[in-house]
Amino acid sequence: MRRLLSHRHAPALLFAAALTLPFVARAIEFSFLTRVGGVVGLMMLLSLGLNMTLGYVGLFDLGFIAFYAVGAYGTAILMRAHVPAPLAAALAVAAALAMRALLGVTILRLRGDYLAVVTMGFGEIARLTLNNLDAWTNGPKGLQVRPWRPLAFLGAIPGLEFVRKESNVQFYFLIAAAVYLAAEASRRLENSRVGRAWVAIREDETAAQLSGIPVARYKLLAFTLSAAFAGLAGSLFALWDQFVTPESFVFWESTLLVAIVVLGGMGSISGVLLGALLLGGIPLLMEATLSPRLIDYRYLFFGLILVLMTLFRPQGLLPSARREAELSS
Amino acid sequence: MSEGALLSFESVHAVYGKKIRALKGVSLEVRAGEIVALIGNNGAGKTTLMKTASGLMVPESGRVLFEGRDLAGLAPHRVSRLGLCLVPEGRRIFPRLTVMENLEMGAYARAGAPELAREFDHVLTLFPVLGRRRGQLAGTLSGGEQQMLAMGRALMSAPKLLMLDEPSMGLAPVVVDVIFDIIARVNKEGVTILLVEQNARRALKAAARAYVLETGEIAASGEAARLLGDASVQKAYLGL
Repeated sequence: MRRLLSHRHAPALLFAAALTLPFVARAIEFSFLTRVGGVVGLMMLLSLGLNMTLGYVGLFDLGFIAFYAVGAYGTAILMRAHVPAPLAAALAVAAALAMRALLGVTILRLRGDYLAVVTMGFGEIARLTLNNLDAWTNGPKGLQVRPWRPLAFLGAIPGLEFVRKESNVQFYFLIAAAVYLAAEASRRLENSRVGRAWVAIREDETAAQLSGIPVARYKLLAFTLSAAFAGLAGSLFALWDQFVTPESFVFWESTLLVAIVVLGGMGSISGVLLGALLLGGIPLLMEATLSPRLIDYRYLFFGLILVLMTLFRPQGLLPSARREAELSS
Repeated sequence: MSEGALLSFESVHAVYGKKIRALKGVSLEVRAGEIVALIGNNGAGKTTLMKTASGLMVPESGRVLFEGRDLAGLAPHRVSRLGLCLVPEGRRIFPRLTVMENLEMGAYARAGAPELAREFDHVLTLFPVLGRRRGQLAGTLSGGEQQMLAMGRALMSAPKLLMLDEPSMGLAPVVVDVIFDIIARVNKEGVTILLVEQNARRALKAAARAYVLETGEIAASGEAARLLGDASVQKAYLGL
């Protein structure tokens, strides 16, 4: 499996395969599948972001969803101010990066559990702020966003006429492209000097310092960059759903992201993508197909899966080679 | 402080928390080109002294000078860039990076420098076994090989002064011989050495001068050969 995934063309092939999903959904007359695909894509973006801090550097973050919120609300507020959508998205990502850097400067001297607790607190503060800052966010009632059809021009291509009206399909393509680019960016970073320094810090912070690695700066870099993916995901989410409320950014979502990264394999891009596919996609499909009585129990299965994983496969589903070595030694 | 001291401590006090006084007014100096040994029992403050020199610990009072420059307020990665490099106790290599990646980390501050290739060659000549294991994850090396890797990693930064904390700890006698041979060789090539050891006899034989640390204070100092023959040192540290 790993050999297959590490093939040079594997990412491009997977991406091409993913692009066929809306056509499959159309063929089997189950258009909800495209919607599920888009949501899973957003999960993947978020997980790739968290993977940069939690997976590469080992910084525990239980409030990551706050930066998804910054991307979403930033975009919504700018769209309401009649800023063009792409610019609104870019500015929202910039805002997420800036806030993340600011948070990082203040809290990154904390380690381990302490960092987890503080990020969790920040996540809650962010949600409560959205809930109460009525003048900007309209409180719990949420914000409406004007419609934007990014890929309507595809409808001009013969055979793709249906895309013109289907915002789900358009956003699915957009999100798939974003995931592909984010995964590619992660891969390049991972294999760079910076990426190896991150691993060194994760393995032994003191030894990294003694080797001349500016540990504080590199932690801040990973911590900040991870917000780009979260901000972008939030922005796409706001443009797609045309509606944002604080409801979407609860603590549970942050924990789910941690579960995805841990279950998939910390620091492993393919593992994290698979984790997002399973933990993000399966509950949604269950919602669509299971009887309402079973749906209430879906997260119970989650808990069970997580316990079983810790017992039998602590390195994750598709662990990175490094992590595997760590846990088997 | 005399002329020519590369590293000097001027009545340095260091404290853990508020109560545990690990260094109580330590003054010492290491001159360029020397091998200086620091011996003492467990808890005497040897490791604390090295942590203080490398910036991992901030002295409560007193000064640490390197090439005449006060190190106060410098983060460890800055100290290492000045050429004062610590190989910490217990080796602390990066187990999940390969041998080559570990060495690369040692030269982190100087990446891309043209002389880096020479440094690699130099380290691999000193430790041929590292060359043979270059692609292997460092965690799979033996204890002795890990110690060599830790020293090699430190040498990659082209240090002026190399501080070694217990380099012989937990190693087989024959490996200890190799390590001490390399310490002597590196020193001949111009790197000053400050050596902390439990194995006092070994350290005193390798060093030109030595300091004896007792509960945070310098109890004796002088020519290593003289200390080796000193009755009280023999009784306390050499088991004679």
